[in-house]
Amino acid sequence: MDAIDSSLVDWSRAQFALTAMYHWLFVPLTLGLGVVMAIMETLYVRTGREFWKQTAKFWMKLFGINFAMGVATGIILEFEFGTNWSNYSWFVGDIFGAPLAIEGILAFFMESTFIAVMYFGWNKVSKRAHLASTWLTIIGATISAWWILVANAWMQHPVGMEFNPDTVRNEMVDFAAVAFSPVAVVKFCHTVSSSWVLGAVFVVGVSCWYLLRGRHREFALSSIRVAAWFGLFAALITAHTGHQSGRDIAMYQPMKLAAAEGLYEGGTEQALVLGGLLRPGADWTAASGDDRFLLKVEMPYALSYLATHDLQGYVPGIRNLLEGGYKLPDDSVALSAEEMMKRGRMAIDALAQYRAAADAETKATALATLEENFPWFGYGYLKSPGELVPPVPLTFYSFRIMVVLGGYFIALFAGLLLLGQRVTRWKWAQLAVVLTIPLAWLASQAGWVVAEVGRQPWSIQGLLPNVAAISKLDVGSVQTTFFIFLILFTLLLVAELGIMGKAIAAGPETDQTSA
Amino acid sequence: MNDITFLQQYWWFLVSLLGALLVFLMFVQGGQSLIWTLGRTEEQRRMLLLATGRKWELTFTTLVTFGGAFFASFPLFYSTSFGGAYWVWVAILLCFVIQAVSYEFQLRRGNVLGTTTYRIFLLLNGILGPLLIGTAVGTFFTGAEFVVDKAAVASPAMPVISYWVTPWHGLEAVLVPQNLLLGLSVLLLTRVLACLYFQGCMADETLRENCRRRLRIESALFLLFFLSWLVCWLLSTGFAYTPDSGVVHMEPYKYLHNLLEMPGVAALLLIGVLMVLGGMAGGIWGQRRSFWLAGPGSVLAVLALLLCAGWNNTAYYPSVASLQSSLTIANSSSSLFTLKTMTIVSFIIPLVLAYIAWAWRALDRDPITAEETKDEH
Repeated sequence: MDAIDSSLVDWSRAQFALTAMYHWLFVPLTLGLGVVMAIMETLYVRTGREFWKQTAKFWMKLFGINFAMGVATGIILEFEFGTNWSNYSWFVGDIFGAPLAIEGILAFFMESTFIAVMYFGWNKVSKRAHLASTWLTIIGATISAWWILVANAWMQHPVGMEFNPDTVRNEMVDFAAVAFSPVAVVKFCHTVSSSWVLGAVFVVGVSCWYLLRGRHREFALSSIRVAAWFGLFAALITAHTGHQSGRDIAMYQPMKLAAAEGLYEGGTEQALVLGGLLRPGADWTAASGDDRFLLKVEMPYALSYLATHDLQGYVPGIRNLLEGGYKLPDDSVALSAEEMMKRGRMAIDALAQYRAAADAETKATALATLEENFPWFGYGYLKSPGELVPPVPLTFYSFRIMVVLGGYFIALFAGLLLLGQRVTRWKWAQLAVVLTIPLAWLASQAGWVVAEVGRQPWSIQGLLPNVAAISKLDVGSVQTTFFIFLILFTLLLVAELGIMGKAIAAGPETDQTSA
Repeated sequence: MNDITFLQQYWWFLVSLLGALLVFLMFVQGGQSLIWTLGRTEEQRRMLLLATGRKWELTFTTLVTFGGAFFASFPLFYSTSFGGAYWVWVAILLCFVIQAVSYEFQLRRGNVLGTTTYRIFLLLNGILGPLLIGTAVGTFFTGAEFVVDKAAVASPAMPVISYWVTPWHGLEAVLVPQNLLLGLSVLLLTRVLACLYFQGCMADETLRENCRRRLRIESALFLLFFLSWLVCWLLSTGFAYTPDSGVVHMEPYKYLHNLLEMPGVAALLLIGVLMVLGGMAGGIWGQRRSFWLAGPGSVLAVLALLLCAGWNNTAYYPSVASLQSSLTIANSSSSLFTLKTMTIVSFIIPLVLAYIAWAWRALDRDPITAEETKDEH
C-alpha cells in the first residue's frame, strides 16, 4: 500500500521552518523600525525642523533595505501552504484561505501603494500627505501581521468551523470567532509588541555605535530618546501579553506548556523552572525514568499560578497528558493518548463508511459515529502516543532564552532612559547596547520556536497532524528546493547585511542640521 | 440561480479580474526585460528602472493577492495545482524573489553581488515571470496531469487527496505548444505595454524614440503569437460539465461556444483586443498616452479569456489524467458561508483602487528626468 514517506514530512517541515525563520529576520524590523521612523517624521511635520526629516530619512533608508528582504522571503511562505502542504490547503482552506485573501486586499495593497509615495513622493506630495503615507505603510504592515497571525492562531486553537463529510473538509461557520479569537488577539499583541522591541533595540544599538565612534552625537541621542521610550512601552506590553499567551497555552496546548517547562510529572502546586539543565538523551516519552534535569532553579507555586491563576492549580506533565486520568477544568476525566488515537481511527473509519455507504441507514450510522468521535479525528493518523511529545530540549531552552531576554530588554530601555545624556560618557554601556542588537533577533526567533516546535506533531492542533497535511511529492524535489532556498536566502542575507552595514557606516545627513 | 452558484460566478469574476490586472501590471516585467534593449546608456537604464521601480510592488502585491483570493475562493485549485505542478510554481516564485530585492539593492553601496547581477535578476524576472505565468494559465484550456480523490482523507497511510501523475510536476506544461504560445503572447504583451508606459512617462526624447521603434517589433511579434494562440483556442475541443451531475465531458469548439453563448464576454474580448491594437498603433505613431488605451484593453481581453475558462459550465482546470478530477467553479469552491464573508470584504476593493489611483497620479504627474535618478531615496 502506498504510504507517506516520513522523510518527506521532515523535509517539508524543514523547508517551511527555513523560509519562515528567514522571513522572520526581516518582518519584526519592518514593524518596529517602521513605527520609529514614522514618529521621527511626525516630529518633523510638527516642529518643521530639517534635523527630524533627515533623521526619519536615515531610518527609512535602513527600513527599505530590510523591507525588500521581507517581501522576497514572504512570497514563498504564502504559496508554500499550497506547494508543500496541499492536503492542509484543502482540509482547512475554507477557513485558512480567507485571512490570507483579506491580508492581500486590506494590507498588502496599502503597504505597497504608500511605500512608493513614502520613498518617491518627498517632492511630489504635501508634507502631511507624505506623513500619512508613511503611517499608512506601517499600518498596512501591521494589518498584514494581524491577518497572518489570525491564521496562525487558528492553527494553534481551531475555532469557528464544522467538519463537512460530503466535501471532506472543515468549513467556516463563524468568521468573528476566527478573526477575533482571544488567542489571535493575544498572539497579535505579543508578536507585534515584541517586534517593536526589536525595532527599538536596533535603533538604540545603531545609535550607540555612533556614540562609540564619536559621530552624529545629536542624532544618536535623539534617536535613543525616542526609541527607548517606545521600546520600554513595547517591552512591557510584550511581558504582559506573554503572560496571557502562557495562559492560553495552558488551556489549549498543555503539551506545549509541559515541554516548555520540562514538566514530566505534573500535579498541583507546581513550581516554575527559572533555569536549568536538562539531562542529555533523556527519554520524555518513557513511562518512567530518572530525573530529567541535571540541575534546576525553581520558583515554588509559580507555574500553577501562571497556568491557572491558582497557587494550588493542577498542571499536567507529559506523562499525565499521555496516560490521561486526571481531572479537567470541566470536571471530566482526561483521556489517554491511546484512547484518543482509538477514537480518531473510529472517526476516520466512519468517514470512509459514510462516503462508501449506498443506503441512507448506513450513512446515518456512520455519520453519527463520525460526529461522536470527530474531536479526536487527527489522532487517528498517529502511529504511537510518543508522537504527541514535541522536542522538549529545544522548546525548553528556547522558552528560557525568550523570557530572560525579554526581561533584559525592559532593563535596557529603562537604563537608557535613566542615563539620558550620561550614556555618552559610559563606553561600556554603549558597547553593551551595540552587542544587544543580535539578541533581539535571538529572542524573536526563540519565541517562534516555542510556538511552532512546541505544538508538534500538529499542523492544526488536535485536528490535523503534519503527516496528513503534506503534498505528495518526491523527497528529492523538496530536498532540492530546500537547498535552493537556503543558498539563495543566505546569499541575499549576506548582500543585505553588506548594504545595511555600508548605509549605517555612511550615517545620516543630519550634521548640517542641528537638533 | 441559488446563492452559492451566484457567489461562485462572482468569485470567478474577481479572481479573473485580479489575473487580468496582474497581466496589465506586468508591464513592469516587460520593462525589466527591455532594460538593455531600450537603455543604451547607464543614465537611460537608470531612468527606465526608476519608472518601473515605482510600480513593481503593485504588480507583486497583485500576484500575492491573486494567490490569496484563489486560495480563499477555490481552495481545491490551490491545493491541487500548487502541490502538484510544484516545479512550475517554484520557478515562478523564485523569479519574483530575486525581483523583490533587486530594485532596492542594485545601486546601494556595499552590494556584494554587484549592480549587474541584480539587473540580470530583473531581466530573468522580466522574461521568465510572464512566460511561466502565461504557460501555467495555458493549462486552464489544455489541461494538467493530476488526480483528485477526496476519499483519500479516510486512508491514514496515504491521506493526500490530490497528486500529479508525472514526475515532471508541472514542467510538462512547457512542452504543450498551445501553452507556450500563450506564455510567449503574455511576455510580448508585457513588453508592448512597457514600451507604451515608458513613452508616456519619460522626459528624454531619445528614450521615447527608442521605445517607439521597439514597439513596432514587439507589436508584430505579439500579434503573430497571440493570433496563433487565439485561433488554436477557438478551434480547440474544451472541457465542459453538466451542471446537475457535475460530470465532465469533452466538447468540440467549447471556447468558441462560450463566446457565442456569452455575448457580453465576447464583446469584452473584442473591445479589449481593439483597445490593445489601438494603443499599439497610437504608440507607434508617437502618441504618449496610448498606454492608457492598451493597458485597460489588456485587462478587458484577459478578463474575457479567463471568464471563458470558468463560466458557462466549463472546467477551468481540466485534468487530462482523470477527466472527472477536473476542477470546476462548482466542485472546487469554498463553502457558501466563506464566499459570503469574502464577498463582504470584496466591497472594499473600490477604495483600494481609489488610493492606488491617487498614488499613481501623484508619482507620475511629472515626466521622469535624468536628474531624478540621482536622488537616492
